[in-house]
Amino acid sequence: MAKPASKGIIIGVVVVAAVIIALGIAFWPKPPAKIVISNWDGYMPADLLENFTKETGIEAEHAVHATNEEVMGKVTAGGGKGYDVLFVSGPFVEALANLGLIAELDQGKLPNLANLYPEAANLAYDPGNRRSVPYAWGTTGLCYRSDLVEGTPSSWNDLLRPADALKGKITMLATDRWLMAAGLKALGYSVNSTDAGQIAQAKDLLIEAKRSLLAYDDTTFYSKLVAGEASLVQAWDGWCNYGIAENPAIKFVVPTEGSDMWTDTMVVTAASENKDGAHAFIDYILRPEVHAWVAENILYKVPNQKAMERIDKALFETYPNMAMTPADLMRQEQLRDLGEAQKDYTRAVTEILAAQ
Amino acid sequence: MAAAERLRRLVLLGPGLGWLGLFLVVPCVVVFAYSFFERGVYGGIDYVFTLDNYARAADALYLSIFLKSARIAALTTFAALLVGYPAAYLIATGPKHRQLPLLILVMLPFWSNYLIRTYAWIVLLNREGLINRALTGLGWIEQPLPLLYNDFAIVVGLLYGYLPFMVLALYSSISRLNPEMREASADLGAPAWRTFLRVTLPLTLPGIGAGSVFVFVLSIGNFITPDLLGGGRSVMVGNLIYDQFLTARDWPFGSSLAFLLIGVMLLLLFAQAWAVRRGQEARADA
Repeated sequence: MAKPASKGIIIGVVVVAAVIIALGIAFWPKPPAKIVISNWDGYMPADLLENFTKETGIEAEHAVHATNEEVMGKVTAGGGKGYDVLFVSGPFVEALANLGLIAELDQGKLPNLANLYPEAANLAYDPGNRRSVPYAWGTTGLCYRSDLVEGTPSSWNDLLRPADALKGKITMLATDRWLMAAGLKALGYSVNSTDAGQIAQAKDLLIEAKRSLLAYDDTTFYSKLVAGEASLVQAWDGWCNYGIAENPAIKFVVPTEGSDMWTDTMVVTAASENKDGAHAFIDYILRPEVHAWVAENILYKVPNQKAMERIDKALFETYPNMAMTPADLMRQEQLRDLGEAQKDYTRAVTEILAAQ
Repeated sequence: MAAAERLRRLVLLGPGLGWLGLFLVVPCVVVFAYSFFERGVYGGIDYVFTLDNYARAADALYLSIFLKSARIAALTTFAALLVGYPAAYLIATGPKHRQLPLLILVMLPFWSNYLIRTYAWIVLLNREGLINRALTGLGWIEQPLPLLYNDFAIVVGLLYGYLPFMVLALYSSISRLNPEMREASADLGAPAWRTFLRVTLPLTLPGIGAGSVFVFVLSIGNFITPDLLGGGRSVMVGNLIYDQFLTARDWPFGSSLAFLLIGVMLLLLFAQAWAVRRGQEARADA
């Protein structure tokens, strides 16, 4: 088909194109140093990045993820390219570190680490904050309408084996670790249990509890409380505060059996091409005035002592769980990565959700 | 001339085929390949060949989820047929100038986002929602009805979402029907119900098939509606696949489930195409 002459033309075109592209790469003006940050939607003040850029001259772009697993999927698929700072929960720091996808932090570039509570420098998933810096922390408990629930719920069993009046007015979290935590803690087991027998017991208990549930809900449980559709829900402390903000009759309690303690962190990807910018961002967040602003904005506790000292104390009265001390939190059990046992949790959760 | 013709075809077909090839076929091939590897402990893929993902899919737990999804999709399809057929029939046999506005009304819901429309159903169906308030207000019921967070709500949501596909498929089939056939049947003394059963219904079977396959295939793979209207209390196969990728970090198993689902859908589409072809041949023979 191809005539000899056309072959020459094609080679010529390819060579010219290659030269143009090479020159383009060599002389194209370098874009200003920019960092890309992936965070949960609404998990930092809307104009935080703008202020950061104003202060430091570093451009910052905001990407959004809905779950830890989602950002983890993106980073595993692309080797982390295109992202500089990720917001992930503690167990995912372990997983990302084991995959070699996040960088060791240069603590010399993070002088504001000194503002953190001593407890925040020694968390089980990353002792010494070598790979991650805690951003917010808290626990999981019961969020309820004190005007619709008789008495004060105090146990996981109030959720799992509810009084008749509460049947059909309860929601639970469907995310595997937290759903399982309710069952495991009610039975007196660890939230990180990898024992097949304990997992099976928790599963049976949670299947039984499903009969009195209105729904599984990870995102709108507080609206259901406000609307009166639900009276008692399993909730993260900070998200319960969104309900309290709309109806002061809503209260939060940590069950007496104890609960989990979770930490959301900031990590720098190993593939980041602007690690200085990434460190500058993390250090900016750790400034007392910035981190305090974050806490007042998202209504979650932050592990920054200097920041918590600055917070408007009126917030502690409106949202009592904001006043939980690091010591209160450390009494709960820190969530860890499960490694191989993650499969067993997934399977158990699928069985629970599929049960009739 | 032949070369010019070939070039013309290439230019016209190329972009469409290239698009499909790049963004439909290639990802499917990747997913298919993933389904034969092992899951990495922290997500991702360990490139060790295994058939385990397909063996796991045959587990009673996952089969029951498949069957449940098929049952909900079948119910939705049946309901869509019951509601959609009379509507399509009246639109197709009504006056010509009314047909277009009515069809636009059928399509109108597509102009807004599926998620928003699904949330609207939550507002309608919940315990404190419009329907329950209206019914208690009228004194017809004392306790609010459990309309939301169950399989009923899932079927309602899916039916609402996919009914237009059924109506459009039936409309195109019914409007091609020659009215003289029905007149002939009536002239020969058949009552209306017999004309419908013996003439109209058999001749619109291809439309019924196409509409049913659309609704069934879209319903069985849906995961938003079971999550929002089902309250997460029922798992459909779409949720199962979603969870494998987005919470379980088990891409290979998710891939094998996705492939099995694609297989079921392809079988249905082939069966439908085969039925249409047979119908046409039978008519040609007659």
